[in-house]
Amino acid sequence: MKIHEYQAKQILSRFGVTVPRGDVAYTPEEARGVAEKLGGTVVVKAQIHAGGRGKAGGVKVAKDAKEAERLAHEMLGKTLITPQTGAEGRVVRRILVEEGLDIARELYLGMVIDRATARPVMMASSEGGVEIEVVAAEHPEKILKEHIDPSVGFQSFEARNLAFGLRLDGALVGEATRFLSALYRAFEASDASLAEINPLVITRDGRILALDAKMNFDDNALYRHKDIRELRDLDEEDPLEVKASSYNLNYIRLEGSVGCMVNGAGLAMATMDLIQYAGGSPANFLDVGGGANEEQVRRGFEIILSDPHVRAVLVNIFGGIMRCDIVANGVVAAARTLGVKVPVVVRLEGTNVELGQQILRESGLNFAVASDMKEAAEKIVARAGN
Amino acid sequence: MAILVNENTRLLVQGITGREGMFHTQQAVAYGTKVVAGMTPGKGGTSVDGIPVYNTVREAREKTGANASVIFVPPAFAADAILEAADAGIPLVVAITEGIPTIDMIRVAAFLRGRSTRLIGPNCPGIISPGKCKIGIMPGRIHMPGHVGVVSRSGTLTYEAVGQLTALGIGQSTCIGIGGDPIIGTNFVDALRLFNDDPETCGVVLIGEIGGTAEEEAAAFVKANMKKPVAGFIAGRTAPPGRRMGHAGAIISGGKGTAKDKIAALEAAGAAVAESPALIGETMKRILT
Repeated sequence: MKIHEYQAKQILSRFGVTVPRGDVAYTPEEARGVAEKLGGTVVVKAQIHAGGRGKAGGVKVAKDAKEAERLAHEMLGKTLITPQTGAEGRVVRRILVEEGLDIARELYLGMVIDRATARPVMMASSEGGVEIEVVAAEHPEKILKEHIDPSVGFQSFEARNLAFGLRLDGALVGEATRFLSALYRAFEASDASLAEINPLVITRDGRILALDAKMNFDDNALYRHKDIRELRDLDEEDPLEVKASSYNLNYIRLEGSVGCMVNGAGLAMATMDLIQYAGGSPANFLDVGGGANEEQVRRGFEIILSDPHVRAVLVNIFGGIMRCDIVANGVVAAARTLGVKVPVVVRLEGTNVELGQQILRESGLNFAVASDMKEAAEKIVARAGN
Repeated sequence: MAILVNENTRLLVQGITGREGMFHTQQAVAYGTKVVAGMTPGKGGTSVDGIPVYNTVREAREKTGANASVIFVPPAFAADAILEAADAGIPLVVAITEGIPTIDMIRVAAFLRGRSTRLIGPNCPGIISPGKCKIGIMPGRIHMPGHVGVVSRSGTLTYEAVGQLTALGIGQSTCIGIGGDPIIGTNFVDALRLFNDDPETCGVVLIGEIGGTAEEEAAAFVKANMKKPVAGFIAGRTAPPGRRMGHAGAIISGGKGTAKDKIAALEAAGAAVAESPALIGETMKRILT
């Protein structure tokens, strides 16, 4: 799950990470109020779940509260298009107004889970404000890494390795150690999957602050973080995906014209690949779960058919121990209830497969039955055109 | 021979009194797996289909000599269940549970370091040596005893691949689902090493997907050590970057973990990679000598 910058800063600061003073605003008047309270120069930042805001005009400096109000007026309701939003962009509904800082140095600090070592890793780089992927590709030696042993947690020596590695002034190393330890605690205690402070800044008066902050969370752990669950912003998500998630369906909308409904994530990805291999283009990823009962199948159809680009649907269920006649009845019932008009190719595998196929053929609906994936691909592309 | 599980495997089911645990225990028994014990805290002294249930793994192991365990415990309690099995000295632990928090698995991984317990999964279908022993949720009937090893990050896609092999008359020595999570107990390289050393395995099917670098590490192992032909498939060529494709571990992030890179690595290592998921069986057949 993703959250906004101001929310990430609130969480981080609760653990002792120092962040600039500031507050969120939903209207230009609120923005003015925040700026007045802060006094002096402020920064107005669009809050969307995507990076690259600065270059897209989503981060601006205001010399006083009046200008902050004007900038907020311009920004709120505007669609921001950044390299991370896609062509459709994102509408700005909230802004963060923060104190302006006198910056001496910009650094990078981030935490992720390193899969290969099964440990959290803290990364730091002197190349602040630059995308870390770019640094990793061009100057991998500039990224310092500390792999953290979860049984003892983040240690002071690890913080010093990073702080001295960044060539921080000796007087700042103690403060940096405190800052980095706070980041580790926030990451671990909130079940984050990513925490990024880019840039981390050092001010001319020798303070260390998180100028920007990004946090993503492990969906599997949200059950134990009610406070984080409440930060979910449905405006930042595709409406169809929101609807699918309320049905407990794993759905991701894509650009193509062949809808697909599959049980299991790996097979769902493979089915998308199959559609492309056969010359078509997948309209979505949809995993109805290993079990795939009638209710899930009906809702899956409902979601797929809500996408106007879908011209054909491929159902690929490898039931294993599920009975195909039950799945087939579910597919037929769902197609009837929803009045499915586009051609549907169904491939079922499992026990009672012949009976399942017979139910589909005799349903009187626009179904084509395929006995394996190869046949399914040929049939679906023949029906979807291009 | 097969690897890791065979006719001598004595299975303990953790979470045997739950709906899933009970159902899959019955399936395993029907397949011929020796299920010797069940475990659910507070249900000790009862039995399920004649299988004795214990309160702790330690007691179950002492009383029955269980040498493998399968975990059907809800995600919030699954890490604890894995730790309990490892602490009791169970040599093989298969965690089926999907949805365990990553931080929990990081602690599990740290705990397992230096211990002799092998963990398979979590978020996996399990492991089967056809005709000998089935541990997990895979349908037994699609398998056929034989000499090809299968290792995969997926569930139903593994069944698909196994189904294709069986339809072509190619039997399997052992099929392992290693799981779709970012932190897993047994990885591709572990499985390839075991298959490489198994005299009954003549070739391996490896099914990967986007996310992480496990396939690239597998490719390096294949290139340096593998004495047997490897057929591969990587799911997710059409997956968009930055989106989690169902499995917690299936995400392309920062340009890393693409299907294209993984396919290139495996091909450079001499593996035959199927272009379409419908051709996994045929690809294996072509390179088996």
